[in-house]
Amino acid sequence: MPSSTPQKIPVTVLTGYLGAGKTTLLNRILSENHGKKYAVIVNEFGEIGIDNDLIIGADEEVFEMNNGCICCTVRGDLVRILDGLMKRKGKFDAIIVETTGLADPAPVAQTFFVDEDVQKNARLDAVVTVADAKWLSDRLKDAPEAKNQIAFADVIVLNKTDLVSKAELTEVEARIRGINPYAKLHRTERCKVKLSDVLERGAFDLDRILDIEPDFLEAGQDHDQHDHEHHDHGHHHGHDGHGHGGLKHYHDEEMQSLALRTDKPLDPTKFMPWLQNLVASEGQKILRSKGILAFSDDDDRYVFQGVHMMLEGDHQRKWKEGEPRESRLVFIGRELPEQIIRDGFESCITS
Amino acid sequence: MSDFEPGDQASIASVTDRVHPVAIGAAVTAIHFLGDRAAFVGAEESVALVDGEGDISRVTVHGGGILCTASDGARIAMGGDDGKLAELNSKGEVAVLATDPKRRWIDNVALHPDGAVAWSAGKTAFVRSGRSEDKTFDMPSTVGGLAFAPKGLRVAVAHYNGVTLWFPNMAAHPEFLEWAGSHLGVVFSPDNKFLVTTMHEPALHGWRLADNRHMRMSGYPGRVKSMSWSAGGKSLATSGADAVIVWPFASKDGPMGKEPAMLAPLQARVTVVACHPKQDILAAGYSDGTILMVRLEDGAEILVRRNGTAEVAALAWNAKGTLLAFAAEDGEAGLLPL
Repeated sequence: MPSSTPQKIPVTVLTGYLGAGKTTLLNRILSENHGKKYAVIVNEFGEIGIDNDLIIGADEEVFEMNNGCICCTVRGDLVRILDGLMKRKGKFDAIIVETTGLADPAPVAQTFFVDEDVQKNARLDAVVTVADAKWLSDRLKDAPEAKNQIAFADVIVLNKTDLVSKAELTEVEARIRGINPYAKLHRTERCKVKLSDVLERGAFDLDRILDIEPDFLEAGQDHDQHDHEHHDHGHHHGHDGHGHGGLKHYHDEEMQSLALRTDKPLDPTKFMPWLQNLVASEGQKILRSKGILAFSDDDDRYVFQGVHMMLEGDHQRKWKEGEPRESRLVFIGRELPEQIIRDGFESCITS
Repeated sequence: MSDFEPGDQASIASVTDRVHPVAIGAAVTAIHFLGDRAAFVGAEESVALVDGEGDISRVTVHGGGILCTASDGARIAMGGDDGKLAELNSKGEVAVLATDPKRRWIDNVALHPDGAVAWSAGKTAFVRSGRSEDKTFDMPSTVGGLAFAPKGLRVAVAHYNGVTLWFPNMAAHPEFLEWAGSHLGVVFSPDNKFLVTTMHEPALHGWRLADNRHMRMSGYPGRVKSMSWSAGGKSLATSGADAVIVWPFASKDGPMGKEPAMLAPLQARVTVVACHPKQDILAAGYSDGTILMVRLEDGAEILVRRNGTAEVAALAWNAKGTLLAFAAEDGEAGLLPL
């Protein structure tokens, strides 16, 4: 094989409910001097007050794939725009896709799984969700889109923290964590977040995502090893709320996450069919899935990620010397059939 | 002598030594012939006009990416991401035909032999014909492809969930051919009897225009991006598989109930096809850089270009069928006189 695989261009998907501060963040990305050039696909021209021939208006046209899978929706306009942008390869370093405040992130994310041309040229770097600290709790109650956007996020920028009290902030953060304990969370005022914290994260490489275990899910177990990401932002444990290091612990009634882990090797002949069947039958409920897997008789780490019924996975790299060969999986979704998933996973462990 | 290389199949005839290499030096998006000169349309900004001697002259046509092209042999119309519709004639002169006021991308373009031009930006299709004012038509969704019918002023506009047949000079309601999914490319058969679209999923869809009967053409491993009618329009050659898939259109039922021919199979994906304008021969380019000439009748192959390079991006015959031009994605190109 000739080594002609060109570098895939990283794509950041920027979501967030109306008024949360997406445009503020975009304007910062476009105006700050970071030495990088971004092509930006926006849903509203004009909101961005910057002249740049690499700002492209999109129509958010979602269509169903003709493959019999009802949640297989993709953004047709995105396929077209990314294809057109590839003509100008070399003129930009990365792409940012802004979605409307009311958009479900699934079709955008799925576009990167389904479309062969998109897959060839671009890779989904991270879904970044900007959330309004003051209003998010309300939106989570009345706007399903807002909840989806939190559930899908790899990175959450919790903005407008200056408009809420400490107690309110703890509350909204706990609500976010009740839905998605795995996203990196940054508290900001006027979206003042380091751009390196939201762009080119390699979040979909999974490597980092699953390394950052949410402490309250893993209470008691190897608590000390974790990289307590969100502690860097002035968050202190130890006030009220129950258990697990001090965060209030909410369970969202509708949206949950489920983490599975084993230090025993998985049987690939059992695991892969199980996972495929699981997303085929329960994929409508599963918004995101990710995992790092250790298979029996396999010296390579296997990683996968999925959106609804779509999965992609590959051998990633050799297990390092001394690295614990653990398998870890995460599912985020609605009304997840927890016991079925747990039992199914157990049955894939090599005895 | 390349024919003696180990592993090469002795049975295949080769004309690789007759190819005149041309270094375009930049990605090529399409090739059209303007008279005897081959016009290699770049992915961005310029067109390289190459004459029979291999001399290259470059003409700047757009201020950015070139998204679509069409040619009637006398001129090339091109749409760009600079919001402009430009035209290049055989003298190498450039004219801007239209500028989108909102600087939207010009996604598609089509030319009619009588001089009419159609283009689209987002959901809006435009037609300019003769001296009358431009006609516009807003589609329910983004235009995926445009084609003029061979007779009359009728435009097929492909979009989500079907194709709209628009008669820009008539008050009559446009006709809507419905089929679920995203339709991208669209072509009429040369006899005006069939309409075929390439879809977002790896399939073609067709309609027999007399009764709008559906024709499903599926089974491709990859999306079909290149279609070419054979001389006389008896068959439609397509990319998207590890062989050239050729659908029979000679009978009144078209390909309905028939198997396509699968010609020139290789261990690589066919990326582009171009049928010879006069004879039952086609040229096929592959993802591994191979180019073959294939006889439709029996699938006999002649090697034009070896594998081992970037994928073939464009192929074109001149009108007489005496020259084949090709270009790979990396800008390596060539001309083959026959």
